[in-house]
Amino acid sequence: MVEEVKLLGMWASPFSRRIELALKLKGIQYEYIEEDLKNKSPLLLKYNPVHRKVPVLVHNGKPVAESLVILEYIDETWKDNPLLPQDPGDRASARFWARFIDEKLSAAVRKVIMGEEREKALEEYFQLLKMLENELKDFFGGESLGYLDIAAMTVAFWFVNVQEVVGVEPLTEEKFPILDKWICKLQDMDVVNECRPPKEKLLPHMRAHVEASQSAPK
Amino acid sequence: MADEVVLLDFWPSMFAMRVRVALAEKEIEYESKEDDLWNKSDLLLKMNPIHKKIPVLIHNGKPVCESLIIIQYIDEVWNDRSPFLPSDPYHRAHARFWADFVDKKVYSVARKLWATKGEEQEAAKKDFLEIYKTLEGELGEKPYFGGETFGLVDIALVTFYSWFYVYETFGKFSMETECPKIIAWAKRCMKKESVAKSLPDQKKIYESVLDLRKIFGLE
Repeated sequence: MVEEVKLLGMWASPFSRRIELALKLKGIQYEYIEEDLKNKSPLLLKYNPVHRKVPVLVHNGKPVAESLVILEYIDETWKDNPLLPQDPGDRASARFWARFIDEKLSAAVRKVIMGEEREKALEEYFQLLKMLENELKDFFGGESLGYLDIAAMTVAFWFVNVQEVVGVEPLTEEKFPILDKWICKLQDMDVVNECRPPKEKLLPHMRAHVEASQSAPK
Repeated sequence: MADEVVLLDFWPSMFAMRVRVALAEKEIEYESKEDDLWNKSDLLLKMNPIHKKIPVLIHNGKPVCESLIIIQYIDEVWNDRSPFLPSDPYHRAHARFWADFVDKKVYSVARKLWATKGEEQEAAKKDFLEIYKTLEGELGEKPYFGGETFGLVDIALVTFYSWFYVYETFGKFSMETECPKIIAWAKRCMKKESVAKSLPDQKKIYESVLDLRKIFGLE
């Protein structure tokens, strides 16, 4: 049977880009549909009525939403080049750190953006980032890209930009040598570069977002 | 080799209850260590240095944190009985999506029902009922969220049932009236020994919340 795979995404969303990377690593052909999040399509509302967010993977007409759920679905459906480790303890660890990035680390970045007590917020963010760095070998997945590397793209190409946008101390090789090396490795990989928005387009987009959230009522 | 399973526990925590249910479903013997969240043990701080929260499952000395992650770990290690997830990837994704929904939506809103007052509490009540009506819609006519069998989403959600008397009393509503299918489902789950023995009595939870409210200056 011919597989029909569609991805509803948004070019600047790290969650959406995760799925693109996973699909490319598995060699899965897919149709990409760009969503205008200010004007959500009937398709998006049909496929993700609960959250109305991207990304949504639609496989042979059946939708799967929430990026980390989609990653596991992709891994279980297309079993070549596994993204998650085999051992249950390692799998639990990968899931734990992915959630850490999406919840705790993300919240810390938001605090840095909001600007109140920025120095303190940055210190907290760096402390949490160090915890994540301690999990890194060559890749989070060991010798090759895995589930946690895909999730951690958010750190490499979005959180790092936040520092630039807000004008605080960037992630330096000195402070985070292992993380820096990993980011450089990612930047050298064609498959990763195909899946991330160009910095010159992303930075102004992020700047606009940051300005909007800073002026939004609290 | 005998498995050594320890659960860092806290009796009123609906997240810890989830793990108790999961362990009971799989008939796994374990040692429960009650932690005092006002005075966290060295063991907790060592086993979960990042979040410093219970539950933590310690399996042969290695910690696993975050209740939904622990449940999936339990399912994958003790994979010879009572599976919590179906075998088909699409249905597994569906279950994970709804378990994630429960995690993202229920707790923070539910907490506001007893920990806030006035407008904030009113807004929380509206959100809470909306969330549960969405869940009711997802349950439909099925006996369990997992379909014919009790599974991940059931485990994720049922533990909040022990807090219903708290929510109903402070929120001033009746779950039986607002979400009868949820109540029917919860009672069905409570007929299972694994659930009944893992959830404290609703009145006991209520009494502990009264104490908490005093501490927060709400009484």
